[in-house]
Amino acid sequence: MNILSLFPAIPVLMMLGLWLSRNLKQIHAVMVTGASALLALAIALVFMYLGARADGQAAAMQFTDSHIWYKPLNIHYAVGVDGISTAMLLLSAVIVFTGTFASWKMTDGAKEFFMWFCLLSVGVFGFFISLDLFTMFMFYEVALIPMYLLIGVWGTGRKEYSAMKLTLMLMGGSALILIGILGIYFGSGATTMNILEIAALHNIPLEMQRIWFPIVFIGFGVLGALFPFHTWSPDGHASAPTAVSMLHAGVLMKLGGYGCFRIAMFLLPDAAQELSWIFIILTTISVVYGAFSACVQTDLKYINAYSSVSHCGLVLFAILMMNTTAATGAVLQMLSHGLMTALFFALIGMIYGRTHTRDIRELSGLMRIMPFLSVCYVIAGLANLGLPGLSGFVAEMTIFNGAFMENDTFHRTVTVIACTSIVITAVYILRLIGKILYGTCTNPEHLKLTDATWDERLAVSVLIVAVAGLGLFPLWMSDMISESVLPVISHILN
Amino acid sequence: MDYSVIFSYMYTEIALTGVIVAALLYDLIAGKRGRRFFHPVMCTLMLLFIAGTVFPYHKDSGEIFGGMYVYTPVYGIVKSVLAIGTLIVFLQAGSWLRREDTRFKRGEFYVLTLSTLLGMDFMISAGHFMMFFIGMELASVPMACLVAFDKYKGNSAEAGAKYILSALFASGLMLYGISFLYGTTGTLYFDDMPAKIDGSALQILSMVFFFSGLGFKISLVPFHLWTADTYQGAPTAVTSYLSVISKAAAAFTLMVILVKVFAPMTEYWQLLLYIVIVLSITVANVFAIRQKNLKRFLAFSSISQAGYIMLAVISGTPYGMTSLIFYVLVYMVANLAAFGVIAAVEQNSGGKMDMDDYNGLYKTNPRLSIIMTLALFSLAGIPPFAGFFSKFFIFAAAFEEGFHVLVFIALINTVISLYYYLLVVKAMFINSNDSPIATFRSDTGTRLGLVLCLAGVLALGIASSVFDGISLYSFGLMQ
Repeated sequence: MNILSLFPAIPVLMMLGLWLSRNLKQIHAVMVTGASALLALAIALVFMYLGARADGQAAAMQFTDSHIWYKPLNIHYAVGVDGISTAMLLLSAVIVFTGTFASWKMTDGAKEFFMWFCLLSVGVFGFFISLDLFTMFMFYEVALIPMYLLIGVWGTGRKEYSAMKLTLMLMGGSALILIGILGIYFGSGATTMNILEIAALHNIPLEMQRIWFPIVFIGFGVLGALFPFHTWSPDGHASAPTAVSMLHAGVLMKLGGYGCFRIAMFLLPDAAQELSWIFIILTTISVVYGAFSACVQTDLKYINAYSSVSHCGLVLFAILMMNTTAATGAVLQMLSHGLMTALFFALIGMIYGRTHTRDIRELSGLMRIMPFLSVCYVIAGLANLGLPGLSGFVAEMTIFNGAFMENDTFHRTVTVIACTSIVITAVYILRLIGKILYGTCTNPEHLKLTDATWDERLAVSVLIVAVAGLGLFPLWMSDMISESVLPVISHILN
Repeated sequence: MDYSVIFSYMYTEIALTGVIVAALLYDLIAGKRGRRFFHPVMCTLMLLFIAGTVFPYHKDSGEIFGGMYVYTPVYGIVKSVLAIGTLIVFLQAGSWLRREDTRFKRGEFYVLTLSTLLGMDFMISAGHFMMFFIGMELASVPMACLVAFDKYKGNSAEAGAKYILSALFASGLMLYGISFLYGTTGTLYFDDMPAKIDGSALQILSMVFFFSGLGFKISLVPFHLWTADTYQGAPTAVTSYLSVISKAAAAFTLMVILVKVFAPMTEYWQLLLYIVIVLSITVANVFAIRQKNLKRFLAFSSISQAGYIMLAVISGTPYGMTSLIFYVLVYMVANLAAFGVIAAVEQNSGGKMDMDDYNGLYKTNPRLSIIMTLALFSLAGIPPFAGFFSKFFIFAAAFEEGFHVLVFIALINTVISLYYYLLVVKAMFINSNDSPIATFRSDTGTRLGLVLCLAGVLALGIASSVFDGISLYSFGLMQ
């Protein structure tokens, strides 16, 4: 069995294990074993991938494997990874691992919760390893539907409304992707569904590309919180249970950016060059609008959700710049945002679990009461506003650096506008930290609260190590990424 | 005449006739004690029948009775699909048939159901319009009796009357169309007709009449008005049979005749289908959202599913035919699973079938809720369940022939349909209920049927061999 097939296979086995478990202890055992195995596998894959590259393996995709599945449509189960997908797999494994510990205290319907959670991760892992359009799309949809029940059953607040809104909007997006995939497949002569082969053929007529590019880009853009299709995101994230928010904002929203890059732009390059200006404008709006919206929110989760809209907008913004530096920055931003937003949601979940409110007007002086969580919150906040030494700085620096390389007025102008988001981010992060962590605690009830337990410390520590690691030693990761981004960008430009 | 040829090509119909005769005789001979085993006996007989006929015996086509009856392997496949569906319906009908008020006439249920199945088999294999019409009538007249099976119930009787009246009207319309066709071409043989069809006004009219006739059977908009009332009034076992088997047979026959006979008029029937598909999918979806009764709900869902099936027909390609059969198979297992759950709940809760009654069902009957959820996900086209694959294939079939906008409209409608399927899921999993349906154990037959359906929903998509097997034998418009 190919090593990559293990990524979706392990969560399937975990689901089986969960189905057979009788009590909470067994459920936890299954989850910890599986999540650790995934994390170990992902780390091993990174080293194997770097090793293969060091040995001079030059093929765009490594560890490839292909089995014919549906002959009449040339559908294969085809897998393979490059630097981008390896990084994404590592991110997903980290989030699944920490998400498991962040939902350690889940007791009500824990078995079902973790089963849907595992199904979600099957979709996520499968998406990143797929090279076949159909298989990729299938895993994409597998990742979407568990959200409905995860939010609808275990969520908080207006969960039914949010769950339905999120599911329908994302499914609407995937309807667009589906027709786009059919357009790409039949447009390229209906001979193959393999992404690399379609790119090599490069024979989709320009007038068809003009139709399919916006459709596919918007389709994936819905998940990447592209303005004006981002409205599911604040409601969805605010209502979702902690681990689901983590996985969804941390990984699932990356599916959107990854799909835009790998399918919309890579397979429809001519239209991408021609029409990118429309989407650059939209993503610039996402970036700035998300940041401003975060400033006026009072719910911790809403603040973070709008901040995600802003940061994910930056991912799409960067890939549309179509140069290697910016695109490398986009992938770094996906990693960085994935880790720090997961950290944020984990901490918010832990604070909410204690105070039972997420309203910043009712929280204050938490630093004295729960120092561990508060310090971690500060670190997450600093990473979010791009402090050097943490992951956010590396990613945003690379993006704006790359974006500014495009030296025409239009690109320069939008880059400057997007850059303002850094300042606005600082405003809402610092306001938030000052308000809820420092000062004196006004609510006597909160004085009795306790600091993090071991499972919470573990989840948070792993994420902080990852955020700091990416910030302090960015080169090994960015080298791996930029070397894989290069062939994609040069294909788009030619 | 060499009788062995008849046996070698008509084996399905002959075996089925044998089963019907056996059922009649058993009803007559078995007596009160023996009749208690009617259900297992019939299920075993059906199983034997399927085992004997499931694989096509001939790799090539053949015809008998001078071309009245045609055999091709793909017909054999469709007939087996229908037979498997009928078996599942039988399995799930057990507890209903054991009830006090239906027990004494359960023999009739089997005989009538199998007669309609026989009619559909003949309809599929017809090579002549007369044969086709006889098959169709054989399929629809006993159907009316089945719909009105609970005749002491007002709405069942009403449903029967509605069904027979609209079926008769459809038949009349269709006969009228066929007579035009005979008048302009001078023949009723499918094979001889295309050469004489030139798209004259009279022939277009006859095509439209013919199409309307089958449109009633498939319950496409605007011929769907009988559907909701009939589905609601008929006993649940009959509704599930009606919504799947009879629809599948009619849809397949429609494709065969459009492709074989009306090939010279392709652009006309494609235009007609285009309009009908958009109407069926959209109108049915809009109405389904408002339904509170689950049987009515599934009636509208099945109308919109019929619209999706027509996406395969409109392509007219061999690939389209493969996806049609595959879609029908997948739709069958998913829909029968949904109806199976509804029937089980209805039997064990004193006839509850409103969506509000299902609130909190997961708390009391988790397995049934899961099966229902998976079935609805499959109907909505969510992977990794079979419905995703079948939907993708019919979209690809229509897209390949250039119906891009049509596929787009259909895709938007899948999102709407997801909304109302999720409403049921929401009722079972999320909504709370002070007095949910009590926990119960359903009978062996129902469980067996549900397991079969569930296996289909889970495996049919991932195992590509079924689709590949069908695609070996499919045919379409001559290019």
